[in-house]
Amino acid sequence: MSTDKIASPELNFNSSSARRHRSIRALKDKVASGGIAIGGISVIVAILLIFFYLLYEVLPLFQSASIEPWQEQDTQVEAYALPGEGKTLYLTLEEQTKLGLRVTDQGQLVFFDTRTGKIRDEVDAELPEDTTITSFALASDSSGIFALGLSNGQALVYKHAYTSTYPNGVRVITPRIEYPLGEAPIAVSEGPLDVLALNGTEENWTLIGGTREQLYSAQLSLTENIITEEVETEVTTSILPSIGISATRLQLTPDRHWLMVAGPKNKLAVVELLGSKGALVNQVLEASKGDIAEFKLLLGGNSLLVADNQGTVSQWFLVRDESNAWQLTKIRSFNEHTNGITALALEHRRKGFVTLNQNGYIDFYNTTASRTSLSEQILQAGVEHAALSPRSDALLLEQGGKISLWKMHNEHPEVSWSALWEKVWYEGYEEPEFIWQSSASNNDFEPKYSLMPLAFGTLKAAFYAMLLATPLAICGAIYTAYFMVPAMRRKVKPFIELMEALPTVILGFLAGLWLAPFIEINLAGIFITLLVVPAAIIGFAFAWANAPKALRYMIPEGWDAALLVPVVIIATMFSFWIAPTLEHLFFGTEMRYWVTNELGIPYDQRNALVVGLAMGFAVIPTIFSITEDAIFAVPKHLSYGSLALGATPWQTLTRVVMPTASPGIFSAVMIGMGRAVGETMIVLMATGNTPIMDANIFEGMRTLAANIAVEMPESEVGSTHFRILFLAAFVLFLFTFFVNTIAEAVRQRLRKKYGSL
Amino acid sequence: MRYSFSEWTKSGAPWVWLNAGAVAISLIMVVGLLSLIAVRGLGHFWPADIYQADYTQNDNTTRLVGERVQTELISAEQLRDSGVTVPEGVFEMPRTLIKIGNRDHGGTDFIWVLDDHLSNQTQPEMLFAAERREWGNFYGYLRGLKENGELVAQHDGYEVTPEYMALWDQFQQRIDRALTIYDQIKAIEKGDIGAINYELERLRLRERAMELKGITDPARMQEITDRRQALDADYQQLQTELLELYNAFNRDTVVAEIASGKVVEFRIASVVRAFLPNKMHLGNKLVHYAAKLWEFVSDEPREANTEGGIFPAIFGTVLMVIIMSVIVTPFGVIAAVYLREYAKQGFVTRIIRIAVNNLAGVPSIVYGVFGLGFFVYFLGGHIDDAFFAEAKPAPTFGTPGLMWASITLALLTLPVVIVATEEGLTRIPRAIREGSLALGATKFETLMKVVIPMASPAIMTGVILAIARAAGEVAPLMLVGVVKLAPSLPLDTNYPFLHLDQKFMHLGFHIYDVGFQSPNVEAARPLVYATALLLVAVIALLNLSAIAIRNHLREKYKALEM
Repeated sequence: MSTDKIASPELNFNSSSARRHRSIRALKDKVASGGIAIGGISVIVAILLIFFYLLYEVLPLFQSASIEPWQEQDTQVEAYALPGEGKTLYLTLEEQTKLGLRVTDQGQLVFFDTRTGKIRDEVDAELPEDTTITSFALASDSSGIFALGLSNGQALVYKHAYTSTYPNGVRVITPRIEYPLGEAPIAVSEGPLDVLALNGTEENWTLIGGTREQLYSAQLSLTENIITEEVETEVTTSILPSIGISATRLQLTPDRHWLMVAGPKNKLAVVELLGSKGALVNQVLEASKGDIAEFKLLLGGNSLLVADNQGTVSQWFLVRDESNAWQLTKIRSFNEHTNGITALALEHRRKGFVTLNQNGYIDFYNTTASRTSLSEQILQAGVEHAALSPRSDALLLEQGGKISLWKMHNEHPEVSWSALWEKVWYEGYEEPEFIWQSSASNNDFEPKYSLMPLAFGTLKAAFYAMLLATPLAICGAIYTAYFMVPAMRRKVKPFIELMEALPTVILGFLAGLWLAPFIEINLAGIFITLLVVPAAIIGFAFAWANAPKALRYMIPEGWDAALLVPVVIIATMFSFWIAPTLEHLFFGTEMRYWVTNELGIPYDQRNALVVGLAMGFAVIPTIFSITEDAIFAVPKHLSYGSLALGATPWQTLTRVVMPTASPGIFSAVMIGMGRAVGETMIVLMATGNTPIMDANIFEGMRTLAANIAVEMPESEVGSTHFRILFLAAFVLFLFTFFVNTIAEAVRQRLRKKYGSL
Repeated sequence: MRYSFSEWTKSGAPWVWLNAGAVAISLIMVVGLLSLIAVRGLGHFWPADIYQADYTQNDNTTRLVGERVQTELISAEQLRDSGVTVPEGVFEMPRTLIKIGNRDHGGTDFIWVLDDHLSNQTQPEMLFAAERREWGNFYGYLRGLKENGELVAQHDGYEVTPEYMALWDQFQQRIDRALTIYDQIKAIEKGDIGAINYELERLRLRERAMELKGITDPARMQEITDRRQALDADYQQLQTELLELYNAFNRDTVVAEIASGKVVEFRIASVVRAFLPNKMHLGNKLVHYAAKLWEFVSDEPREANTEGGIFPAIFGTVLMVIIMSVIVTPFGVIAAVYLREYAKQGFVTRIIRIAVNNLAGVPSIVYGVFGLGFFVYFLGGHIDDAFFAEAKPAPTFGTPGLMWASITLALLTLPVVIVATEEGLTRIPRAIREGSLALGATKFETLMKVVIPMASPAIMTGVILAIARAAGEVAPLMLVGVVKLAPSLPLDTNYPFLHLDQKFMHLGFHIYDVGFQSPNVEAARPLVYATALLLVAVIALLNLSAIAIRNHLREKYKALEM
């Protein structure tokens, strides 16, 4: 038979319209497959994007710093001759890095263009007649207040400040010099001021100065006359006791309580100025191996940096020792090279600094993170002076009578492995600790970015939650899958699974507002319940086993759980009823008070016990559902075989069913764990969110997730804090992804195994 | 047959019973939690009786008037610590939390009192409760009414008399009058003036946009100026109208005696409703209950969210969820179809499947962080630069808002939809596809006409589960768009009607915010329970329908699975 006989003449499948129709359909099909492929792949890519975006936000944290000569309109800014006369005493930059200030020993305060060296403004220091400048002191880089010590024992105090205006939409910065302590010279000592230090706050200032052997102190208090708005200055001078070493450099802390004195070579003395017995030399010690080359106070004035001529910089601050006395203690030191340091410049807003050594190496350090974010040779020889801009984005270097401008990139020096995960000795602490404290009201605050308390809190919360959830969920699943009658199982399983959809915000709110106060009052009741309920179940079961047959046969096998509901309720109520009597019998008071007063364990109302109960509740459905599936999926012929050989149901369960289902149970626990680790709302609401590291069940914690929820909205975009929160999210992401992947792989293997049985 | 205990233990029966106990405990916990929420949430709307009692403390007797909120046992220890003398041998004493209201006169509206310190408890029928827009509830005796400061009616004594009821009726009429005016004021303030302000802002942005583009067309400038003048004139007129309304609104005051015996006055304008709970019979109470329940779901919150309704939160949740499902459904289905029908099955698809599965387990806060960083700051920032330059430096899309919240949650629920759809596609027997292809249909036609319709219940299940999850998620939303109090709904009558850039209120966040950030937690608590109940009900309903659809689907294709 040939085909043309079958084809009916009326139906022409090859007419032009049919062909067109077919080609349109074919085209549609092609377009659709293309579209679906693109759509499908892009959705999958979007999901992958989460991973890469988090990584993209986190990576800059670990980038090292860089420095390069300043580029202005694609041309390099050349080094220029020193603006003004004489030797440099102090070099600094303003906020926008457009202007620099150079203070010279000839009494000139020169504001210059940092790109060209052109003098913008020159202010005369107005020294009294027949005097010369013998010393210089800086209060702090951020305050802009500095003092010049004169040969007649007087000092002059200045402040450099800037105003920005926008005529014709272009920023113009106008520099000016202010006199925060008045224009008149302040008499500090009788002899020349060979060394000088000043510091203070708004109204109270102290200047310390004198010759190398004898120091004087001048305390100023400023009072503003309300009517005339004139500032009146009151000066009290006194002689400081002999220090025992010849002073070459001085630093005064901002609270004007401590004076740090660098002596000859490596000697360092600490003088307590406002102690109970007046000024007193507290300590004299050797601060470094080599001779002291630089001696400065870190931002905030709490730490002293000592750089020596062997390339080491060490950080010191005052720590209380066992006898409650303050001791200047070496906290950490930085040592990249062995060549002498010639200049040290401090960051204005971070606890970091830059050093330059004889060989022209530049090093960026951060004290909190103990991190060297850059070590690079940029010059052939040492520099005389270095200054960082307030935003730490530019660096001025003076070398061989020339000034050069450099561009710096040092975005996140505060972060290092040790700052995130190891103990760090923070300023003002007695020993290295794990602390998370990301922000404070003051500018010179040392951010404490240890993720350890948060990771610990996360695991603590998850641990207590799993402690409740794992036994309950697994036991419940065993019974539901293996012993329960199918009719009841069909009701119970969806019911418990439905609880998985219960919003955690509701659990958190109940935990925080209802459960936490309830537990505080009924603490003993909770623990008694733990003992009474299992006992009651066993007791009831035994009684039931011995009950008359007539009664027992009324309830068919597999309905035990329903029978136990009233038993558990009555046992729980009994526990709470008996608890007050028992706790007074045993503790003589309420358990909650006994815990705090007798055991000395702190008790927070919102604690790990509350979180454990609430989050355990959230995790039970997850573990229950997967475990139940795993046990139910064990082929029935295995257990029938075992039962037929005479094993009891319990023996069959423990020896045959459970080993087969154990990988499934493992993966259930892993997935439950993943959920507990990432849960946010419950821990946010049911704990005090204090980032402490204590496994105590009666204290709270702060978890990674809750920390993100609390701090993310206030965090500045692109800041270190912002990126560390991204890092926390990334850690959570990786952890749960890892745990879930293991669980999933185990489950798939299990499925394969069942397939072969 | 008698068992000895050791024999019985050997059989393993105790373990079985303990396992049964675990199920029982889980069930009790679940049911207990739901009933706790239900009882507390629903109880709030019932008009509670007002008690009057003498409260003696340190030989000082004062009169208390208020609602009993809860009673609990407090340990003698704690009482002694706070300086209360407790007789020896007493471990615990009952204490009661009383809502005394009248925050404008006493400072606090809740106090704890020891039951032992209360005496002469009565429930005078004359006591009335008033819900107000400021200072919380008022409890007291109605003493008179004032109009423009002149006393127009008054009553003395503590007995309910016909005269008193006449005064009460007049009070109610005046409340109704004030409420009518209140609605008018709201209509003008929110509706008319809101629209004018909105248009003025749009004019400002248009002007700024022209400035940025360097357009100096005088005709268009003139147009803007004219329109602005017209709007200003309208505004002035509305202001005068408002002033008159406010004068009429504030006309009446009510005179009442509070617990301490002091006679005080407050504006009738501030009253939302007043009632005599002790005099109400069951019918009245039911009506009152229904009215309160309706207010709860349909009204706006009052007094820093601690009173009134939660309508904006319901509206925000629903709108966000709708936008989310519109986004997640097509993408989820396309991804699942690609994975199941088009992609070559192998190692790569297996990896992708595991990855998609795992993403369902990634903490929701991580999605929030991603949404904030990528959508809000990165995408939103670029959208602002490109399209909303005139509004800068105020961000339009570069700030958390409805759109970003919806997209973030769509991403979060994507795995749910993909997994459910894939499961649906897998269940469709190969023979059906082959049959369709054998009849000459293309792959796409088979997909659209045969496969997708058969899988549609599974897709529905996925979407419903996604919605249930999204409705209950709070943590990511805290970062990408919810606020405690949104000034206006994201859907209104001002062009472009749906404001995707606006922040919105959300039920879950409302629970967190009112329960934990509220200045008056005690007053807010019942409302939080009610909100929680509503949220649980919505989510349970969604889940149950998903289960029902799934079961229906299984029944439908049972025959095909042979």
